Amino acid sequence: MGGHHCKKKNDAFITPLKKAKGLGSAHHGVGHWMAQKITAIVNVPLILWLVFSIVKLQGASYGEFTGWMAQPLNAILMICLVVSVLYHATLGAQVITEDYIHCKAFKMVKLVGQKVFFTALGIACVFSVLKIAFTAGM
Amino acid sequence: MSDTTQKAQRPLSPHLQVYRLPLTALMSISHRATGAALVLGTILVAAFLIAAAGGEAQYNFVMSIAMHPLGKIVLFFWSAALYYHMCNGIRHMIWDTGCMLRKDTAMRSNYVVLVSAATLTVLTWAAACISG
Repeated sequence: MGGHHCKKKNDAFITPLKKAKGLGSAHHGVGHWMAQKITAIVNVPLILWLVFSIVKLQGASYGEFTGWMAQPLNAILMICLVVSVLYHATLGAQVITEDYIHCKAFKMVKLVGQKVFFTALGIACVFSVLKIAFTAGM
Repeated sequence: MSDTTQKAQRPLSPHLQVYRLPLTALMSISHRATGAALVLGTILVAAFLIAAAGGEAQYNFVMSIAMHPLGKIVLFFWSAALYYHMCNGIRHMIWDTGCMLRKDTAMRSNYVVLVSAATLTVLTWAAACISG
């Protein structure tokens, strides 16, 4: 459906240096967009697994929960999920802040604060998963 | 003088306060709204993991919150927002390929996204009720 139109590139106004850098008019390329899409794709199976696990573990005792987390596959999937989801959230929250916060100073502080917060939360989650997995049944 | 009259006769661009948003636009802003809400949901999941790492007492405390009717209401909205954001996100990825961007197909896919998200939410809670 009109797909062949997209392949026609209009290079007339792009200098060789611009083409070599390949960053486009936003000056930072498509890295953010690409990371958002890759984490989105990765999130789909991981989130479905999480919802399935929550349904299975509802009301589970401490022993049942830690025993479940101690299984390598569950601990690994949980760490993958935490990293991918928080990375996706960081990128999404960044765009929302960039769009709606107009005070430059507050915008900068909020952008940095969000990144620090999500990173710290991710580290705390990974540590927690590992601690539960390694100390289960002890 | 004539300048002012000309300005007054120009068509006004749609303004958010007076323009009834089409479903496609409502679903676009809902994608962002559910995304922001899911950040809070993710913080709750993280809080659960961190509390569980603290030991049995903390685990029992957060599990009792999750199993409380109010906790279940939060979980319900979390699951609904999650499925909506997921289904609409998949549509965004299809749109990224240049497909389904015509007005009629975009309009029809609105309903596909809404029905899929609702179905997944209902199925999840049916499974939760049966197994719980």
